[in-house]
Amino acid sequence: MLKLLVRYLNLMVLTIFALVLLSFFLPFLFPGDTLTNISGIVAQSAEQRAALEGVYQLDKSVFHQFAFYIESLITGNWGISLSDRANLYDDIQLAFPATLELVAYALFVSIVIGIPLGFLSGLKNHNPADFSVVTFSIVGYSFPVFWLALIFITIFCLQLEWLPLSGRIDLLFDVPVNTGFILIDIALSDISNKYDAYLDALRHLILPTASVAIVTTALFIRFTRRSIMDVMKKDYIVAAKSRGFTQSQIFFKHAFKNALLPILPMLALQVSTLITNVMIIETIFSWPGVGRWLIQAIYQQDYPAIRIGMLIVSLFVMSLTITIEFITRAIDPARERAESATI
Amino acid sequence: MTKQRTSKTMLSIKARKGDKFALIKATFLACACLFVAACGKPAPHGVNAITFCSESNPASFNPQLDTSSTTADASAHQIYDRLLEFNPSDGRIEPSLASSYSVSEDGLTYTFQLRKDVSFHETDYFTPTRNFNADDVIFSIERWRNAAHPYHDVNGGFYPYFDSLRLDQRIKSVERINGYRVEITLFKPDSSFLANLATDFAVILSEEYAIKLMTEGRPAEIDRLPIGTGPYKFREFRQNQYIRFTRNENYFLPTTGPDQLVFDITSKASLRMAKLITGECDAVAFPSQSDLAVIEERTDLTLLEKPGLNVGFWAFNASKAPFDNPKVRTALALAVDKTSLLEAVYLGQATRAKSLVPSASWAYQSNARELGYNPVRARELLDEAGIPYDFSMDIWAMPVQRAYNPNALKMAQLIKSYLADVGVRVNIISYDWNIFRENLRLGLHDSVLIGWNADNGDPDNFYRPLLTCDAIPSGTNRAMWCNKQYDALIEQALLTDDFEARTQIYHQANALIFEQMPLMPIAHAFQYQAVRNDIGNMQINPYGGIRFDTVERIRRGDSQTFELSIQTQNENKDDDEDRN
Repeated sequence: MLKLLVRYLNLMVLTIFALVLLSFFLPFLFPGDTLTNISGIVAQSAEQRAALEGVYQLDKSVFHQFAFYIESLITGNWGISLSDRANLYDDIQLAFPATLELVAYALFVSIVIGIPLGFLSGLKNHNPADFSVVTFSIVGYSFPVFWLALIFITIFCLQLEWLPLSGRIDLLFDVPVNTGFILIDIALSDISNKYDAYLDALRHLILPTASVAIVTTALFIRFTRRSIMDVMKKDYIVAAKSRGFTQSQIFFKHAFKNALLPILPMLALQVSTLITNVMIIETIFSWPGVGRWLIQAIYQQDYPAIRIGMLIVSLFVMSLTITIEFITRAIDPARERAESATI
Repeated sequence: MTKQRTSKTMLSIKARKGDKFALIKATFLACACLFVAACGKPAPHGVNAITFCSESNPASFNPQLDTSSTTADASAHQIYDRLLEFNPSDGRIEPSLASSYSVSEDGLTYTFQLRKDVSFHETDYFTPTRNFNADDVIFSIERWRNAAHPYHDVNGGFYPYFDSLRLDQRIKSVERINGYRVEITLFKPDSSFLANLATDFAVILSEEYAIKLMTEGRPAEIDRLPIGTGPYKFREFRQNQYIRFTRNENYFLPTTGPDQLVFDITSKASLRMAKLITGECDAVAFPSQSDLAVIEERTDLTLLEKPGLNVGFWAFNASKAPFDNPKVRTALALAVDKTSLLEAVYLGQATRAKSLVPSASWAYQSNARELGYNPVRARELLDEAGIPYDFSMDIWAMPVQRAYNPNALKMAQLIKSYLADVGVRVNIISYDWNIFRENLRLGLHDSVLIGWNADNGDPDNFYRPLLTCDAIPSGTNRAMWCNKQYDALIEQALLTDDFEARTQIYHQANALIFEQMPLMPIAHAFQYQAVRNDIGNMQINPYGGIRFDTVERIRRGDSQTFELSIQTQNENKDDDEDRN
């Protein structure tokens, strides 16, 4: 176990190092003035230029610069935006929880809907219920997320006018930012109309969550269905049947856990897809998350912001993937040998 | 569909599997209920509030520091008042914080009697101990007038509107006669002086607040956490997201405005339009030209329209080679077909600009000379000026929509294709609006697509800030073009009151602009604003920033009239009688 932990930590540290190294070189590869790309400031005079070079240690060797870069990453001194001079650390700190929030809801909805449906479909395979679930999952999986979101907006926001199309909550609710998670912030706030605020926040959540969750749900349905079908063919299930156990006893005692085990690593693989989709959805629904922020930065060629934004997002995806992978191994050490090279 | 099917299947599982699925079933039902509940009509918020979808971030909350209409919208008429005010319907100058004023026989001395019942905002960050008085007026004017004033250099020390008009050099003194009487003396008579005090930029700040900030060593906050006397108090600003205001309960004039005012910063015009339809915005700034027909068709929206006192243009940076050569500037202007720009970008909602002022102005010259489209001649001129084939230049396209240029990026792309025909390569550049203007002021651009919205009806308000030498450091002269002959003409035009004589002088200036081509005038556009029908009393203010003091919310959603809103109306009933 300890060996496993060390191995995964090692992998994580190495990947982080590679990512940091890559992002360190980005300003040199971006078009334009390297100093501006790093500092977010267009130097107006030779003195200012020299001073900035001094601050970012551009006059010293590459190793000094890299050391300084790592130091400023750790101390939260992430520089300022080229386009609006905002502190990047503060910006990301505000935007990131919003992204996490959407990821969490979409994942929750996908699990709650996808896994039971997958079981249902797998247990009852080749009957009408199974066919309709499979059809739904194929259709759901085939929709491009951005297109689905636009269709949702056209139908539910612009035609039927049922749901709002932008943001996390109506701005008239003056919810102070505490955690960055809107539902928690409402609970922590002292506004008078909390019930209305919750209802409004949920109304804002429905379309973005649904747009992301449909694809992920479809995937979970398919994974679960395949997994339970495999399990139900196993010898121990046949043995249990022959011993006269009821269908529900077999399912809960034997099939359920064994079918879930292979799903967890699949989840790890889907995390990056999920986050990519969330970032696209954020842009469409003006969700104030890191995806929308990053796309704005790209649009405005805000290189300091692009650099730090990409680093943070990739670090997040990478650590999440490795963590889930580690948990999977820890729960099911039997898989270790056979599939040790799945990452 | 999906929802229905899933909940049904879950129920059927439950029937067979017994209570083991109870938890999942309950969760599921809860989700389904939420979905259904949420699909109803918008829930009432229980607050009387208005959301205005604005197009960009204000640079600060002090319009003295900025001529951008985004800054003026967010502060000039919400947070502040002026001594005098333009009547939005007829443009007459009316007393505001000054209860009355008088001008001496020789036109040099202006005496203002001030209101005694005006208090400054009480907010989380400041509690005033005294009412508005003469000291606040003196502080507000001295801040931009007197370079030695302790607050002059706070937040940049540039006061573009006043600097471009050289107003600081026209005022001899600002004297306190008593606590509620101020006397301003000029060096020479200036018939536009009162109008300048009524523009968005001549706001009155709190001296008491300024002193407090100075003693606490953080004077820069005066423009970030503003204190004024206006109908709304500043509450919170988040870049690219929103600005919140709350109603000033102690405002000295009757208002019908909401308790909360929110500016939802939405930079995309299409998104503002969509939010207007869903009711997330009650009013939007700068609806896109292509959406105007949609707005007019819908029964729940109203389109407000006014011919704008504005001009959109393409300015060349005359302080930079090779754009310091009039031949190059003329060649570039010749290479572009203005007609197609008008059709593609303004969709016919604008008139062709021949020179700076629109036809609504008395100084308009219908027979002003203008360049036609002639790429062959353009290339000849470029060759004469020694511009090689494949010469590369920047066009800065402003990132926000304005009436005078609803889509600068599209226009830049069109110009790019035209210039490619004459062998000039174009890079299109765009920054965040505030950085954009700051870099323009520093002259980092080759050329820029931008424009000007007049602050009062006088043609001087076009000719002087746009092209005089004095307007270069203040950043309103985007062409960075300085011509002594032009400056002399503009100065001469102000010395007489005779419209005929002034018109003649402005025509000479037009000829000079044509010859030198520091900028290519493109269009004078209509001004639009779209509002939902449950907002009453919304008007386009032709003299600057948007106003919400007399705007009122009638109802929101189906037929839910707000108790709060009724209360407010009742409270103000006496005051409102003459308005209704």
